[in-house]
Amino acid sequence: MTTLLQTRQLAVSYGGIKAVKGIDLEVKQGELVCLIGANGAGKSTTLNALCGALPLTSGEILYQGVSTAAMPSHQLVRKGMALVPEGRGIFGRLSVEENLLMGAYIRKDHSVIKQDMLHIYELFPRLLERRSQKAGTLSGGEQQMLALGRAMMSRPQLLLLDEPSMGLAPLMVQKIFQTIRQIAAEGVTLLLVEQNARLALEVSQRGYVMENGLITLADSAANLLHNPQVQQAYLGQ
Amino acid sequence: MYNLVQRFTDDRRAAWVAFAAVGILLAVLPFLAEAGLGRSWVRILDFALLYILLALGLNIVVGYAGLLDLGYIGFYAIGAYVYALLSSPHFGLHLPLWVVLPLGAVIAAFFGALLGAPTLRLRGDYLAIVTLGFGEIIRIFLNNLDTPVNITNGPQGINMIDPITVAGIQLSQTHTVAGIQLSSTYSYYYLFLVLTLLLIFISIRLQDSRIGRAWVAIREDEVAAAAMGINTRNVKLLAFAMGAAFAGLSGGLFAGFQGFVSPESFNLMESIMVLCMIVLGGMGNIAGVILGALILTILPEALRYLGPLQELLFGRVLADPTDLRMLIFGIALVLIMLYRPAGLLPSRRRARELQPEGDAVQQEQESLHDARR
Repeated sequence: MTTLLQTRQLAVSYGGIKAVKGIDLEVKQGELVCLIGANGAGKSTTLNALCGALPLTSGEILYQGVSTAAMPSHQLVRKGMALVPEGRGIFGRLSVEENLLMGAYIRKDHSVIKQDMLHIYELFPRLLERRSQKAGTLSGGEQQMLALGRAMMSRPQLLLLDEPSMGLAPLMVQKIFQTIRQIAAEGVTLLLVEQNARLALEVSQRGYVMENGLITLADSAANLLHNPQVQQAYLGQ
Repeated sequence: MYNLVQRFTDDRRAAWVAFAAVGILLAVLPFLAEAGLGRSWVRILDFALLYILLALGLNIVVGYAGLLDLGYIGFYAIGAYVYALLSSPHFGLHLPLWVVLPLGAVIAAFFGALLGAPTLRLRGDYLAIVTLGFGEIIRIFLNNLDTPVNITNGPQGINMIDPITVAGIQLSQTHTVAGIQLSSTYSYYYLFLVLTLLLIFISIRLQDSRIGRAWVAIREDEVAAAAMGINTRNVKLLAFAMGAAFAGLSGGLFAGFQGFVSPESFNLMESIMVLCMIVLGGMGNIAGVILGALILTILPEALRYLGPLQELLFGRVLADPTDLRMLIFGIALVLIMLYRPAGLLPSRRRARELQPEGDAVQQEQESLHDARR
């Protein structure tokens, strides 16, 4: 398997505060990798730096073997990187369908876009029913579905997910994770940032544990699930 | 299926009838205005059309892209002065209309992007303050650029600007078409009407385009918009430039129509007025913006009749009509904002926000039901 995304001693700070203090991550083509950790560990900061929304303090990010230093977010999208932002970031004033079209903003192949949209509606029949409704009026779970569907509309190679379970009812979380599995099965590489460590490790192949801006553990998801440290700190056992 | 086809053709026919009716109404409107209200009202109609052009432009910046611009009239001034300088005895230049009008729009667009570039990171109040300053800078420049080299003729303004000539027809003269005498205000009315229709068409196309959606997306959530692959910087600059181009065009028309421009005409109140038009009518909705522009141009004129009305009722003028005008105008604005906060004709996208909250709860239930299956 080739490496799709790699960081070398990635560090990010906000003013004087070091949020991420030099981490090495690797995501291979076709993998589903999760990054777990407590609140404030630096997970979302890492993700935002990866997608070009935050400047790096030091270190580098290699995407498809090329440094992303000179690439702003919108260029990374053209190279196949899509982000489902924390809090979903849907466009409330636009309709569900318009939101999906925004996901395909960079694409010009209009007939294929139509097909892809049908595919998203297959994944989430609920969105089909609500397609002309303003996205802001959707429930939290539906908004998360829309955010996922919208990110899929860019036909990403690498999908970055920031806390997809946040603020959702347990059943809805199950549904979302089921879809994440499905997306992974379709061949999309995923990097999942989650506080819900158990769910994240259950769907992932590998996992990283982050604490205070550093990666403290990196292993296969199965091993992490059985790691006593992880069990105690994140799985409540 | 048959019903559907039937309805479609019916609707189309209805649409054409409505279209034709509006067309005829617009064509005879100045005649009606003159017959019913007097000669001066044709001129007021001309100004209403100019303000519609302005409001459509500001609607792109504020209504679509959500960038609060309080210096918008500066671009109107630029368009007007480009026309005035290149088509008047001031420099002895008399360039044709098809050069000066587009040039005014292009130069205004350039200044629009120039204003946009340093303010990209600013939002809301901060952006409003910077743009407000920009509008004032333009006006003060125009006011003071008469020394050391006389460019703008300072506060005296520029006089004797060439009237607009279209296809050899000088609009400032009276023409006779099919036995009907058309004075200059009529000719200007038809020219402005054609341009207004053109810009309405452009606005509608923009709204439903990829770029129109990108503007809404940026205004909703800039980070998410960038994550869609939108180059937020360029798309915002485009909004500034397009809005400014609309203003530059109407500025040129204004200069040719009036025959005189001075910095006086481009003060902050004018910017606020245009902003009021789109807020009042319904930001982001083209019909609303047009309605707002019409009301705010016609209402102050209509309130002039308060003087004669008082004489009629009380035998003398009790309150100065100019004072009263502003008072009633202010009250009307406050009332509209109280009872129609999204504007008289809110945009579809804004109206959707007013759906009851209960629906979301219901939906969540249904979705949970789905998830359980």
